[in-house]
Amino acid sequence: MEREDFDRIEQAARRRERIRSAVTYVLLALWALIVLFPFYWMILTSVKSYSAYNAEYVPRLFTLAPTMQNYADAFTAVPLGRYFLNTAVFTVLTTGLMLLVIVLAAYAFARLSFPGKDATFTFLLSLMMIPNELVIITNFVTITDWGLRNTFLGLILPSVTSVFYIYLLKENFEQIPEELYKAAKVDGTSDFKYLWKVMLPICSPTIVTITILKVIECWNSYVWPRLITDEPTRFLVSNGIQEIRENGFGRENIPAMMAAVVVVSFPLIVLFLLFHKKIMEGVSRGGTKG
Amino acid sequence: MKIVLQELTKRYPNQNKKIKEDVVAVDHFTFEIPDGKLIGLLGPSGCGKSTTLNMICGLEKPTSGRIFFGEDDVTDLPPENRGVGMVFQSYALYPHLTVEQNIMFPLENFKGKDKLTREQMKERAKKAADLVQIGELLERRPKELSGGQQQRVAIARALVKEPRVLLLDEPLSNLDARLRLQTREEIRRIQRETGVTTVFVTHDQEEAMSISDWIIVMKQGVVQQIGWPQEVYDKPVNLFVASFLGTPPINVFRARAEGGKLYIGGAAVLDVPGVPDGDVTAAIRPEGFIPCEDGPLVCGRRAVETMGRDTSVVATHPDFVREEIRTIVPSGTRVDAYAPTVSFALRPEKTHLFDPETGERIPFGEETGHE
Ligand SMILES: Nc1ncnc2c1ncn2[C@@H]1O[C@H](COP(=O)(O)OP(=O)(O)OP(=O)(O)O)[C@@H](O)[C@H]1O
Ligand SMILES: [Mg+2]
Repeated sequence: MEREDFDRIEQAARRRERIRSAVTYVLLALWALIVLFPFYWMILTSVKSYSAYNAEYVPRLFTLAPTMQNYADAFTAVPLGRYFLNTAVFTVLTTGLMLLVIVLAAYAFARLSFPGKDATFTFLLSLMMIPNELVIITNFVTITDWGLRNTFLGLILPSVTSVFYIYLLKENFEQIPEELYKAAKVDGTSDFKYLWKVMLPICSPTIVTITILKVIECWNSYVWPRLITDEPTRFLVSNGIQEIRENGFGRENIPAMMAAVVVVSFPLIVLFLLFHKKIMEGVSRGGTKG
Repeated sequence: MKIVLQELTKRYPNQNKKIKEDVVAVDHFTFEIPDGKLIGLLGPSGCGKSTTLNMICGLEKPTSGRIFFGEDDVTDLPPENRGVGMVFQSYALYPHLTVEQNIMFPLENFKGKDKLTREQMKERAKKAADLVQIGELLERRPKELSGGQQQRVAIARALVKEPRVLLLDEPLSNLDARLRLQTREEIRRIQRETGVTTVFVTHDQEEAMSISDWIIVMKQGVVQQIGWPQEVYDKPVNLFVASFLGTPPINVFRARAEGGKLYIGGAAVLDVPGVPDGDVTAAIRPEGFIPCEDGPLVCGRRAVETMGRDTSVVATHPDFVREEIRTIVPSGTRVDAYAPTVSFALRPEKTHLFDPETGERIPFGEETGHE
């Protein structure tokens, strides 16, 4: 083949490659725009003044006079701080309790042997088939019967366990070689210390992931808190926002509500950015050959 | 610390529910391991080596029988009160801890008056690490180490408690051939330096023979023979032990004894005074064959393989129980490479006779007092 032909073909290939990556980037950029637009809209609206917002017949895509007034309103007009505190307490307690429950349960299913272990576990797994909506009704009746409406206990109790996370953690625990346990036993390690010092650290990526997912779930939970609380002193942020929209300002104040939404989303975004790496990084699983 | 095993037995209920009979993993194991010796526990896969070791260290409870360390009966003690260090086949290092933390882990469980300060622990970990020559690797994690280095960490972790007994369960099986050779020397050196009574499990006979003071050969939970390596090699008590030790393996023939002579395929091949007449199994070590023109054992010649130090003559014989006879002759020996047959004389000390039914050793010659 001629040298020129070769060059020509190579150039053509390179051109095609360049076009392909250009198209890919354009599409990805478009997608990013679509995904990020609601965020932008939320922040944009939250810095528009109430009058400016209402004056816009067709909402504008930018503002020339940003204001922080809405943020001040969000905290003063309704007890947003209170809701925040409630949510924080709710999230920490629920996540903490759930971790305790699922770690112990997963340990039992993975390491102990007791009669009916497999049957119990299969039964637990089959519970995952029942749709959440059905469970909510019975939970509501139970919690109401126990007189736990408008209490933290009532809020927390239904979500202190998760079959799926037990399953996940149990699988993880079972990956740990039996010989580690024997080695620990020869050295006089108690079962509890083995769980705490060996199993949990080895499974820490899973634990971190579960914790983050649970925190997000708690922070965003809406239906259950909505059902079980009707006193504003027990509201969580999600209900709080609804409350703001409906009657927090004596009128519908969309910019202030958006400000509240920004404030409420902020911790989650920070959390995600902080732990994003941690999940990826993972703890080494090597060290045991064979 | 000497270890005494008395009628040690372990039965497991059969996993297959249809078979009522228990699996006997270890069957009436009785032995006294002298203080400061290295014992090689040898046998094929599934013969109960790990089970024996686990009973000595306390991970398994014996079904019956007793275990003594020195004068103390430790049968009912949990592992941590026995003062044993154990090295597992897969090393079982904690992947999330550094080498130093791994070695220190056993020390953290000391309670009461034995409790150590952080400094003392670090000091002892350092000492143990230096003993196995990994002093520079203390900050690494197990996955950043080679197999041989992980192995050393495991040994250091077993030694850091200054155990009375060190148990090693196939510690070399994950290493490549060269590292194995090197590491087994290392284990021998460490054992000598510390003087700790050691039980070393392996299914590699060469490994066991090369480093042990004593070897114990097991088969299906039953101890076959106990002795120092050369003795077990030279005087196997039964066909199993004879076949299990030695590479290339011993050559087994169907044979007959009559009038104090051993006949293989009709030819009288060796004087065996003191053997009662009848069928016998003759097992001859590869180095027990002497090629010579008028040798009584005439075999078909297959191949002559030169291996440098010595030469291997591969031959066949109708009364041989397997495919081909492997002999090892000194490399200077002239073997006619074209003749269809090759003749051998036999060395009596390399020839062993066994009962064809029971496989028990039949002594002859000097052993029985005959000349
Ligand atoms: N937990 C158990 N339940 C039932 N049978 C068992 C159990 N552990 C071991 N066995 C049986 O006991 C016998 C001895 O097992 P052991 O692990 O001691 O063998 P081993 O000599 O260490 O073999 P390998 O060289 O393969 O490690 C085997 O037949 C095995 O199937
Ligand atoms: Mg084993």
